[in-house]
Amino acid sequence: MMKLNVNGKELSTEAPDDTPLLWVLRDSLNLTGTKFGCGMALCGACTVHIDGAATRSCVLPVSAAVGKQISTIEDVAGNPVGKAVQDAWIAENVPQCGYCQSGQIMSATALLQRNRSPTDADIDTAMTGNICRCGTYVRIRAAIHRAAAALA
Amino acid sequence: MNNQNIPQDFLIVNAALLPLSRRELIKGAGLTLAVLGGGSLLTACASTEQNAAPLVTGQYLRIGTDGIVTVISPNTELGQGAYTGLATLVAEELDADWQQILVEAAPADVKLFGNPAFGGALQGTGGSTTVAAFWEPMRKAGATARAMLVAAAADQWGVQPGDITVKAGVVSHAGKNKSAPFGELVAAAATQSAPVNVRLKEPRDFKLIGQPAQRVDARAKSSGTAIFTQDIKLPDMLVTMIAYPPRFGGKVKRFDATAAKAMPGVVDVVQFKTPLREGVAVLAKDTFTAKKARDAVKVEWDESAAFVMGSDAIMAQYKALAQKPGLEAKKQGDAGKALAGAAQRIEAQYEFPFLAHAAMEPMNCVVQLNADGCQIWNGEQMHTPDQATIAKFLNTTPDKIKINMLYAGGSFGRRGNSFADYLLDTVAVAQAGAQGKPVKLVWTREDDMRAGFYRPVYLHALKAGLDAHGRITGWQQRIVGQSIVKGSPLDNGAAVDFTSVEGAANMPYAIPNLLVELHTTQLGVPIQWWRSVGSTHTAYAIECFLDEIARATRQDPVQLRRTLLADKPRHLAVLNAAAEKSGWGKPLPAGTARGIAIHESFNTVVAEVVEVTSRDNGFKVDRVTCVVDCGIAVNPNIVQMQMESAIIYGLSAASTGAITLKDGHVEQSNFHQYTVLRMNQIPTIEVHILPSTNKPTGVGEPGTPPIGPAVANALSVLTGKTYRQLPFSGAGMHIAG
Repeated sequence: MMKLNVNGKELSTEAPDDTPLLWVLRDSLNLTGTKFGCGMALCGACTVHIDGAATRSCVLPVSAAVGKQISTIEDVAGNPVGKAVQDAWIAENVPQCGYCQSGQIMSATALLQRNRSPTDADIDTAMTGNICRCGTYVRIRAAIHRAAAALA
Repeated sequence: MNNQNIPQDFLIVNAALLPLSRRELIKGAGLTLAVLGGGSLLTACASTEQNAAPLVTGQYLRIGTDGIVTVISPNTELGQGAYTGLATLVAEELDADWQQILVEAAPADVKLFGNPAFGGALQGTGGSTTVAAFWEPMRKAGATARAMLVAAAADQWGVQPGDITVKAGVVSHAGKNKSAPFGELVAAAATQSAPVNVRLKEPRDFKLIGQPAQRVDARAKSSGTAIFTQDIKLPDMLVTMIAYPPRFGGKVKRFDATAAKAMPGVVDVVQFKTPLREGVAVLAKDTFTAKKARDAVKVEWDESAAFVMGSDAIMAQYKALAQKPGLEAKKQGDAGKALAGAAQRIEAQYEFPFLAHAAMEPMNCVVQLNADGCQIWNGEQMHTPDQATIAKFLNTTPDKIKINMLYAGGSFGRRGNSFADYLLDTVAVAQAGAQGKPVKLVWTREDDMRAGFYRPVYLHALKAGLDAHGRITGWQQRIVGQSIVKGSPLDNGAAVDFTSVEGAANMPYAIPNLLVELHTTQLGVPIQWWRSVGSTHTAYAIECFLDEIARATRQDPVQLRRTLLADKPRHLAVLNAAAEKSGWGKPLPAGTARGIAIHESFNTVVAEVVEVTSRDNGFKVDRVTCVVDCGIAVNPNIVQMQMESAIIYGLSAASTGAITLKDGHVEQSNFHQYTVLRMNQIPTIEVHILPSTNKPTGVGEPGTPPIGPAVANALSVLTGKTYRQLPFSGAGMHIAG
């Protein structure tokens, strides 16, 4: 039995230590907003925050997340930056199929939490680990700029 | 597991199964898979008020006494904006407020929900048809309900229906100072008889059509609450992962599941077989256990009938075939004679690899068998053929196959599989070992990438004959490749499969002597349509070849196309707009060049002009100017999105996309080997939609075909070389970040 701090709540799981955090969130804790895309930290669909840093949960053993603050898409609107990002995503009509967008939003939120006025180059650096096959990149960039403006 | 573990939305999704007889509709009226236009996800269940008497007009629409307008979508939402587009059509004629609109997934029922673009004989999403096909039916549903609401108000207020106005969900009579929201009139409206020939609006009266309404799924998909197949969890559900043969056509000889079965959480390990393929499946209580156990199963494969060719050998075989005449797909004039008598001849061969769709959500499916059929949860794209295939497998009738259509995490053609491949695997596994429990098939990325059903390998061999003035007198195009349709349930027996030659056999250019031929090959590699189907290769071959001709004859590529499109006003307008908007012909910095391509697919014409800059070991696409004529743009913002999407998808494939085989083994497994475009590689994209009063035409796919050749044509200007093999990375041309 492991105790995890997820979205500010103490939750417990009986999953084996080596289970990737992604599958604990999804299968054990029923937090299905975080998605499985590649299993190799190549696509970013599984991005969550561990102590505020964007982290690929598909390759992080759950045991490595014990004692840390885990934050997922389900709680992203609980902080002002995450709320601004989510609002910008909706305003810009970013999602198409939508499957990668939880991860995109978590990466964008982590970016804006440390850099309130990112340049296009900053956005490229922060977001290049997140694949979108629908090609919503154009709108993701616009939404990040919109969120930054709203937070200014 | 108990019911509290089921995502609340699942219960709502389940309403899609309700039979849509009017009585049942009323019973289930409050249970809706629903997204509120621009608002929050509606999670309300069974409101007694709404149960009272909704207004139901046909199969596509019902309005509750709570004023909620529910549009029932026969087609799937896989990112292309189907739900928003269909809802717009209804809301327009109903004069509803966008905020009161919900969209619900229809059940699988071809009689009610057949796609008019397929003659109503098939319920399914494909060919960029959704808005075009339901352009009239959805508007009629809205107009009918509006007329009934107006009639009810006229009765209640003792006025003439013609003096009543409807705006943003409110019915009003100015003279009597009366007004009522839809909800108040629903009960009375439901007793009115539906008008027989309801009048639809003239385009000049449109208020929603042509406006950039908020996507109905934007909020759910920005908050992690949109439910995909991957998210479904049912009581007692098992997760299955499958060991598939390492080469196509392999069979299970024997397997040892001792280690797998010893793992806690593993329920069973079973062998299964469908008409398409076979494998060994692990059934476990959770996904990670299923994966570990699957990887621990030792399978000995019988590969005596497996496909063992490599990509090079396939292409060599195709090149040999291209030496010989194929079946005629299009013949006008005498191309052979024109070529023989030409002042100048130009020849080129273009080679196209297998392509994976690589949707973000790997294929997956949930199945629960029952006494006489099964229930399925899936990002369903081809309801009717899937029902038929699964019913045959289960020895039952299609109506016993109930389908819950969920959001699909991308498809690009993959989910519309003619053989119901991954659905049937799930059904077979459920039959082999689930003992009545629901089963969720989860594919890893590797499973998804190696499962086949690729865009086929193609070879195009082209010859053109020119007269002394550089005019094209003859054009011969031999196409070699597998047919997507042949041998599938959609095979109509035609010798020439049109999907292999579309875009070439019907090319718009005025060429006096034209011969398009086809060699349909047979390989043991499963293949399938991929965003824009035949046009993925025909557009590239034709548009690159035209530029080769332009360079050889020192003609401007736009001018050459103008000459050849002189009697195609729609193409010409798109071409001219693209030239104008892109600044075609204006000077560019050294090391930067423009390229253009134009193509019609799914009745939509798209031209794209790119600006490409040389980089060390490659190139950067700086800018794309896209002009599209898709008839009336029901939601111009979604049209723009789809052009952006299709351009990035096509650019990704042309730049780096290739599935290759070595001795029959797929060489790519995940995104490190099948690379796709990322944020830092994306050009600026401008989309210009030509104004139109014609009926809507396709939008989801037609942006894809022109981008590859437009970039190749620009690269040729920059380097003086030709790019006859895709992807560009194979020629050492890497797209820069």
